[in-house]
Amino acid sequence: MSHTRAVRPPRALLAAAVVACAVAAIPLAYLLVRVGAAGIEEVIAVFGRPRVPVLIANTVLLAASVTLTTVAIGVPSAFLLARARLRGRAVWTMLAALPLAVPSYLAAYGWLAALPWMQGFWAAWFVLTLVAVPYVTLPVAAALRAGTTGLDDVARTLGRGPLAAFRLGTWPQIRPAVLAGALLVCLYTLSDFGGVALFRYQVLTTAIQQAYGASFNRDYAAILATLLVLLAVAVVVGEQVARGRAARQFGAVTGPARQRRVRLRRWTVPALALLLVPPALAVAVPVTVLVVRLFEAQTLRAVDAVELGSAVANTVLLSASGAVVAILLALPIGILAARYRGRVVRAVETTGYLALGLPGIVVGLSLVFFSLAVVPVFYQTAFVLAFAYGVLFMPKAIGGIRSATAQVPTSLEDVSRTLGNGRTRTWWFVTARLARPGIAAAALLVTVTAMKELPATLLLRPTGTDTLATELWSRTDVSAYGAAAPYAVVLLMVAAIPAFLLSRARTGEFDEAVP
Amino acid sequence: MRSSRHARSAGAFIAIALTLTACTASPESGSTGEGTLTIYAGRNESLIGPLIEQFTDDTGIEVDVRYATSPELNALLLEEGERTPADVFFSQDAGALGSIASAGLTSTLPGELADLIPAGFTSDDGSWIGVTGRARVIAYDGDDLTSETVPDTVDALTAPEWSGRVAFAPGNASFQSFITALRVLEGEAAAAEWVNAIAANDPILTDNNLATLDLVNSGQADIGLINHYYWFERAAELGEENMRAQLEFLPGDPGGIVNVSGAAILKGAAGDADALAFVEYLVSEAAQRYFVEETFEYPLVPGIDAPEGLPALESLVNPELDLSDLESLEQTQRLLADAGLL
Repeated sequence: MSHTRAVRPPRALLAAAVVACAVAAIPLAYLLVRVGAAGIEEVIAVFGRPRVPVLIANTVLLAASVTLTTVAIGVPSAFLLARARLRGRAVWTMLAALPLAVPSYLAAYGWLAALPWMQGFWAAWFVLTLVAVPYVTLPVAAALRAGTTGLDDVARTLGRGPLAAFRLGTWPQIRPAVLAGALLVCLYTLSDFGGVALFRYQVLTTAIQQAYGASFNRDYAAILATLLVLLAVAVVVGEQVARGRAARQFGAVTGPARQRRVRLRRWTVPALALLLVPPALAVAVPVTVLVVRLFEAQTLRAVDAVELGSAVANTVLLSASGAVVAILLALPIGILAARYRGRVVRAVETTGYLALGLPGIVVGLSLVFFSLAVVPVFYQTAFVLAFAYGVLFMPKAIGGIRSATAQVPTSLEDVSRTLGNGRTRTWWFVTARLARPGIAAAALLVTVTAMKELPATLLLRPTGTDTLATELWSRTDVSAYGAAAPYAVVLLMVAAIPAFLLSRARTGEFDEAVP
Repeated sequence: MRSSRHARSAGAFIAIALTLTACTASPESGSTGEGTLTIYAGRNESLIGPLIEQFTDDTGIEVDVRYATSPELNALLLEEGERTPADVFFSQDAGALGSIASAGLTSTLPGELADLIPAGFTSDDGSWIGVTGRARVIAYDGDDLTSETVPDTVDALTAPEWSGRVAFAPGNASFQSFITALRVLEGEAAAAEWVNAIAANDPILTDNNLATLDLVNSGQADIGLINHYYWFERAAELGEENMRAQLEFLPGDPGGIVNVSGAAILKGAAGDADALAFVEYLVSEAAQRYFVEETFEYPLVPGIDAPEGLPALESLVNPELDLSDLESLEQTQRLLADAGLL
């Protein structure tokens, strides 16, 4: 069965995607303006700095190694969650999602407090890997649940060993999910500042922060940010090329979703360790350190319940609104990428992803620039902040929407069209209904990420409005860790809710719908 | 049609959610209308929040405060330009003030106000006013070193014996103003020599002063170049007796200069009585004493004593240095960049 269409995309869909793409390009347009203001001499001077090649090399090294490690941990974890006979599967799946609730700056802070000698590349690699593994584990587990082991069986019958059979039968089915997860991890690592800065590992984002922090030189910051965008383009295009190949292989997969579950036997202990250790290191260590700090601290002040309550409410409302914006922006891009091929489609999808490769402060400033120029009435209102979350995190939704849509056979849409339904109606009644779990998962992923966001929130929030992340920041900023601990713990608990729901989100509904 | 109903419900959800957000904002905000003073504060809420409340109690002037770091607010102000809702910018350091002043975004303060603060600790053209001072100091590992064995000049830190033991934050504004002081006091050649020598002495580079202090406090670095008041913040959290790091002030040394926090009235608020009242309040005796007692900073208004146990402000060198001179700052950064530190 064919999952993509050879014909040209409908005009309305393309138009919607181009609009979403234009929104995603706001930060890029802003960077162009700033780099233009800097002039060519300054751009050349930046490359003359002895430190800049080091920064680029460090950034690439970190992004590549974190991505590879998360795949190495995430794929086997996903296999265990989806295909092994496991007692308490739901609990293990929830544990696997839990690191999503931990902001990288909090994990880094916790580890550094526990082990003050942690520093440099290894420390940054370790902590970012811990918090980023779920980006691979969750989509791959979902793909495994939706897939079939029938092809593995055929390969075994023909005399292949279990690993070779997996490579031939299952791997092509999960490869798009692995690539999509790896892409998110890679872009996340490129743009992360908080986790890296504490370990004194110098990358482009830390240099960007310094450019704002000491030089008050936003042109230099913009030039460095443009370098990050170029790296992000290379990563996104690389993923598209790899996925293009995978899609052709996937085309051969047919047959009913039949799954055989593996008995673990003597592998039980190492398997459970693989599932237990990353979440324990990502979550338990920082939480323990914070609680210890809470009892050690001499600046312990009573927690203002009203303040805490309003921070929780703001965090939930803003991040949920941000998720709605992100989904609305990502839908046309995701559908386009799932159903159509071609240069325009690739360009639209690439642009959609780029904001994720930029640090929050750059995206935040670009929206200050944009909202003052276009909708000054809404400047410093919750609307612009929710919109900013949408721009920042729509890339996290594109992949999920794309793969959820791609799983719906186009033949079903054709049937609906034959019965006289229009394109939009078909989409709502057939495609959206079947792709809904995937779209819901994408929304949850955006929500949990937006809850932890700090730099853009500081720039764009309505004056006087606090979220859990800003409350946490204002306390750790003066090393009042005792006073910060309750906010950190509440942030983890609130963010754990969408992470938990995400672990339960299944793309499997499709299996029942199409026997 | 169902699709438009979905679109409408999504829109309605956002509208309701965001309206609710506006309602849950703390009561003193959300009313950025006329008559409310808007302050962009690059200083921490827990430190200056009580002072601002006191200002409102004393004067009856309602205040909206936007807290973020000074660099972020500086970038924000540059982006907003003349459309900024801010009336006053209260900055952690002089560089951010110099940056918005040179972009033409500040108004000139009345002479009698600007003259309150001695030269070297404030702007030379009335574009902003110094409010508090923070001395550059050496923080040393009290378990390994004593006040006698710690150098009393940064010149000594380039010696082989300190190789791999000295931590500092080259990207930090107050570290950079120390380098600028070095250039002014000892000349360009000597400053370049020091920067290259320290870069070759295997320094431990950090991201900010607090991270530097934490390294010393946990024994990961023997010496850290920081601002004095971070030690007091940390001590307030952990207890003075639990501080492994100790402070060495550097009277007479470029490494011991005083950086200032300061405030400016933005162009759109020129002539605004409330904005002026707030800036006047920051350099009033009550506020200056508040900073001495609560944040352990140097008061800049003459006649008010420094926090107990700190050397007198006059004993620390501040060359006739314009702390907000960005051209000079740029030269300093080029020096650090050429040495591979930035």
